[in-house]
Amino acid sequence: MPTTNDTTARETGPSVLIVDDEFSVRDSLYEWFRKDGYHAGSAENAREALARIQERRWDVVLLDIKMPGMDGLELQRRLKEVDPDLVVIMITAYASVETAVSALKHGAFDYITKPIDPDELSHLVRRAIEQRRLKAENLQLREKVEHLTAPGTLVGSSPPMQKVLEMVRSVAHTDATVLIRGESGTGKELIAQTIHANSNRRYFPIVPVNCGALPESLLESELFGHEKGAFTGAQYRRKGKFELADGGTLFLDEVGTISAQTQVNLLRVLESKEFTRLGGSEPIKVDFRVICATNQNLERAVEEGKFREDLYYRINVFSIHLPPLRERPEDIPMLAQHFLERFARQMNRPYEGFDPGAMDLLVRHPWPGNVRELANAVERALVVGSPPLVRAVDLPVRLNEDARPATGESLADVERAQIVRVLERASWNITRAAETLGIDRVTLYNKIRKYGLRK
Amino acid sequence: MATLDLVPIYMNDRPDLLDRLGEALGRILHMSIRQRTPAFDPEAAYDRSRGQYNSTVMLRLLLGDPGITGDRLLGVTSVDLCTPVLTYVFGEAQLDGRGSVVSVHRLRTEVYGLPPDDALLYERLQKEAVHELGHTFGLVHCADPGCVMHASTYAEEIDFKGPGLCPRCLGVVRAAINQSRAAT
Repeated sequence: MPTTNDTTARETGPSVLIVDDEFSVRDSLYEWFRKDGYHAGSAENAREALARIQERRWDVVLLDIKMPGMDGLELQRRLKEVDPDLVVIMITAYASVETAVSALKHGAFDYITKPIDPDELSHLVRRAIEQRRLKAENLQLREKVEHLTAPGTLVGSSPPMQKVLEMVRSVAHTDATVLIRGESGTGKELIAQTIHANSNRRYFPIVPVNCGALPESLLESELFGHEKGAFTGAQYRRKGKFELADGGTLFLDEVGTISAQTQVNLLRVLESKEFTRLGGSEPIKVDFRVICATNQNLERAVEEGKFREDLYYRINVFSIHLPPLRERPEDIPMLAQHFLERFARQMNRPYEGFDPGAMDLLVRHPWPGNVRELANAVERALVVGSPPLVRAVDLPVRLNEDARPATGESLADVERAQIVRVLERASWNITRAAETLGIDRVTLYNKIRKYGLRK
Repeated sequence: MATLDLVPIYMNDRPDLLDRLGEALGRILHMSIRQRTPAFDPEAAYDRSRGQYNSTVMLRLLLGDPGITGDRLLGVTSVDLCTPVLTYVFGEAQLDGRGSVVSVHRLRTEVYGLPPDDALLYERLQKEAVHELGHTFGLVHCADPGCVMHASTYAEEIDFKGPGLCPRCLGVVRAAINQSRAAT
């Protein structure tokens, strides 16, 4: 008779380990699986089973629930400590609800009663192996998705940026509402994406809503969705962003621009996580995390009665302030190089870096448009210049103008250029700019109006 | 020429099945077929609690019979076979060994409440006989659904298969037979 060691007939393909103290059971199943093309192995007790599980990877273990020494349930627990993804099928002598429930409760894939119907055994083992395969495939796909959907890299080694990264790390895995504040172009959406990508909700979507880009009526429909016929033009039922974000993260950008009425409705949904579609009557339960972003001074908006205080407190649970680029100039070289590498790769152009003149220009510029402006400037330079180095002349004209005083033009031109430069350096803080220019605030306002300057 | 001993066990009512099977196996496997009468008592394989015969014990009895000396041996029985852990088997064989046994019992349409169908019974028997003998030549179940070595756990599944071995499996069997012939 054949031995009950591993077969040498089939070293690859699915594998089954049979653990039973009865020789006839072990031998019969071992032979049956060998002939069915499996890599089969057997063990007659817990000690031997634990040794076999260390030797190689087994797809399925058929385990007798009743064995002397250590019973099947305890052995299953020990085997799963070694290989948590192991699929275990319990073999029981009697089909009883108690043993079945117990086996399944302890994490068994299924159970089968002795004597076993060969057809049932064949299907059960195939199903178990399919489950194991799907599990492994699922894991691989998740890794791929994580790789593909990973947000852009947060770049910055300056102390203010390090503080931001630390805050992102600490809040990501919680479900706390986050308010991201910062000037336009500082990377608020990237921070929101990074928080989402590092949260437990990462396999669900992050749904961005640009509140400032939509008129009030459209924003409501966008957020809440609508039933067919809810308003003129609503020909179909449409899911809103609240529903689409279920399980994931809702990112409300430019939250400070929301109208008073929508603020009321939004607050209600954030409090109850329940809403009804426009024109609908059925309440819908949703579960999402909220991340808001704004470049406005919400405290002032609350004081001025433009933003509801209760909504302000609801969204301002954990606040992250993104410093403007001019407050962390030491990050500019690293960021510029990061964008250069990214765009060079996208354009398939062999750029290596910046020449000293170009880098000097980049570091001295105040970057009123922050990181977004820097990225655009680098992208443009790569288009107009020639590899391997970006030169100062390749950078956008405004940058060059910024480095050189405007000459050879009228007095009005010079004045206008100086005011623009000072305003941008002061981030359009009128008081500070007026001080720098040596004029009072009213005069500065008048000149801004005269030259038609806009932020 | 390599020899295959056919051993009828409780097959007195259907000697014709053995004759036909012998002819077909000789043709398919290129082996010399001999019918042998068992000297052992098949009742030793009877499992009273199950009302069936233990195929593993039956195989052991066949292999231990001094009168059955062929290079391969195939027991053909009318009784229902099982193993201690499986509710039934159509047959059992030693993988890459010498012995095999096949049961006619569950190949009969009457077992499933259908009218007798002698042609179908023989067709199934030949398929199962080649299948079990295929295991003795080291063949495991074949992925080709038309090959007789494809797995079948119920009778209708046997009907889906073709009557013979796929080219790959046939090649393995022929090579094994040639090898044993050269050795002798």
